[in-house]
Amino acid sequence: MKGILEGSHAAAEAAKLCRPDVVSAYPITPQTHIVERLAEMVADGELDSEYICVESEFSALSACLGASAAGSRVYSATSSQGLLLMTEVCFNVAGMRQPIVMSIANRAVGAPLSIWNDQQDSIALRDCGWIQIYAEDAQEIHDFHYIAYKVAEDHDVLLPVFICFDGFILSHTYEPVDMPTQAEVDAFLPPYKPYNMLDAKNPISMGMYATPEYYMEFRYEIDQAMVRSLDVIRRVGKEFGQKFGRDYSNLVEAYKLEDAEVAIVALGSVSGTIKDAIDEMRADGKKVGLLRLIVFRPFPAEDVKKALSGIKKVGVFEKNLSIGARMKGAVGYEVKDAVNDSSVSVLSYVAGLGGRDITIADIKKMVGEIEAGRGDCFLGLREELI
Amino acid sequence: MADKTCELVDCGHRACGGCGPAFAARLILKGSGPESIVCASTGCMEVFSTPYPQTAWKVPWIHSLFENAAAVASGIESALKKQGRKENVLCICGDGATFDIGIQCISGAFERGHNITYICYDNEAYMNTGIQRSGATPYDASTTTSPAGKRSTGNNRPKKDLPQILAAHGSPYVATCSIAYPNDVIKKVDRAVQTEGPCYIQIHTPCCTGWGFDGAKTVELAKMAIECGLWVNYEMVNGKVEKVKKIKRKPVDEYLKSQKRFAHLFKPQRNDVEIAKIQAIADVNAEKYGIDL
Ligand SMILES: Cc1ncc(C[n+]2csc(CCOP(=O)(O)OP(=O)(O)O)c2C)c(N)n1
Ligand code: SF4
Repeated sequence: MKGILEGSHAAAEAAKLCRPDVVSAYPITPQTHIVERLAEMVADGELDSEYICVESEFSALSACLGASAAGSRVYSATSSQGLLLMTEVCFNVAGMRQPIVMSIANRAVGAPLSIWNDQQDSIALRDCGWIQIYAEDAQEIHDFHYIAYKVAEDHDVLLPVFICFDGFILSHTYEPVDMPTQAEVDAFLPPYKPYNMLDAKNPISMGMYATPEYYMEFRYEIDQAMVRSLDVIRRVGKEFGQKFGRDYSNLVEAYKLEDAEVAIVALGSVSGTIKDAIDEMRADGKKVGLLRLIVFRPFPAEDVKKALSGIKKVGVFEKNLSIGARMKGAVGYEVKDAVNDSSVSVLSYVAGLGGRDITIADIKKMVGEIEAGRGDCFLGLREELI
Repeated sequence: MADKTCELVDCGHRACGGCGPAFAARLILKGSGPESIVCASTGCMEVFSTPYPQTAWKVPWIHSLFENAAAVASGIESALKKQGRKENVLCICGDGATFDIGIQCISGAFERGHNITYICYDNEAYMNTGIQRSGATPYDASTTTSPAGKRSTGNNRPKKDLPQILAAHGSPYVATCSIAYPNDVIKKVDRAVQTEGPCYIQIHTPCCTGWGFDGAKTVELAKMAIECGLWVNYEMVNGKVEKVKKIKRKPVDEYLKSQKRFAHLFKPQRNDVEIAKIQAIADVNAEKYGIDL
């Protein structure tokens, strides 16, 4: 069924069809419409979930952890400061291997306070053990929820998932979205079967403390599960394609890369603008292509290397700032490491922080910088303010 | 009625000999029975009872963080509700986790009215991290962050009245008890788990290491705290104090003298002014709860 949906509602409708037993979230712009929509669904009896109205994001994710540990499928959503308030619990959820799915409407973090989009929030949590998937449009926001639960709950994975999408740009924009029926979703995503759970009939202890003799192996196992998830995401993405006609077996998306001399790497909605810029530049005879990272954690290094092979000039479009690092953004390092070729120039460009508009002209300027080998800088800084 | 015979917290944990909280854990599980799920906070009890790959718990047990047990319990209770299950959901947390860092999560859980029993084992400081003060540390106790010194007589604030705070949240059942009276603990826990809604129990659990006394005297110390009026055992139903343990009150001196954390009140010389202030706290308790026989 096709509907015209706001990005937030594309997330909420998908979350609903995944039949979470427990939902707990706390409002924060620009995620608010998700929690509101879910609350409405519960109030109208459209969604038969326990909806826990908590007093903070910290409790929201803690409650999700408890519910998941007790054997329920759970859902949450947040942004920015909310995600940072959850940080301690995020590490814990992954460490305790709870397959929680959470939508992130990406937003800048303070100070200064900004409600507008960049990806600093989720990128800041890149090492906490959650799979991170970035959507480009409302359809992907919607579809990725089904894939996320199936990947998270796979017993080879058992890791939580962030579904990230740019705040306002995607969360508050209406787009046509093709929605499966409940029966179709049920056939794709069977009822939740926990790997283990809190149950008086079969008591186990969870979240115990580990001495130096044991701790490292736990962390190793989480990393191994993350690595294994690469294939599971591909497999589930493919299965989704077979059932619903939209294939997500690729962890990266290549756009006009085959003969490209310059490649831009980006995550999320800005890819649309970049594609338009590429079309214009191609018309002028410039061989430019895009590599969109759909999955950032686990980092699909092999896919990136393959997609960029033969390209000597790569620029990474960063909606995050790794303060104090030589390359300015966190993604650039990973791309550089994946390419692993000193004859290839990989530079990072910080842009669009705190909702700063990104235009086709900016992208063209960036390509000029990549060609000139100037990078690891901020794009679009207003010099008069510095 | 819950099973009161089996040991659901097994022997072999790694608490100090004479640990009040360890004794409390056994009593709590006797009160709540095997159909219980326990949420713990980071602290002594978590560390001494669950060194991976061992565990002392024979009921399902979960520890997430220092401050979120009440929120984790909220999630568990909601999941059980959705699944149509009926286990008792308990939090068993230290006073630091309860009075200080976790109070927001607790307040949220109580306000939402989850059917959980939150139990604070009150050893009156952060013991696991090396005896730092908490909001439950009594007036004038010397701890590593409220040390007695030339300009200090120890912790300069009285104990926070958390039972009142939680009663004010509309909790149907709030009780205090002490390991000095094991059957009372079991009875109160049983009553709390049978009561629908968020209930709170605070158990006085002397800590030989943190307070500085011989581990053979834990129960004796717990009894002395009650006998001098510095600890009061009572039950509050829907915000009203109903049952109070009455006593023939003794002065606070003996209780204070028996522990290192108050030693500075007696050495190098007796500090009458401060001891009188502590006596006044006991007097106010006696008046407020009517504990004098
Ligand atoms: C966010 C956070 N801050 C600090 C700590 C360190 N910490 C662990 S246990 C603890 C004190 C526990 O005190 P209490 O709750 O009274 O339990 P007890 O150790 O006395 O049993 C502290 C400060 C932590 N684990 N997490
Ligand atoms: S330090 Fe205190 S609370 Fe901790 S195990 Fe020892 S006696 Fe028990």
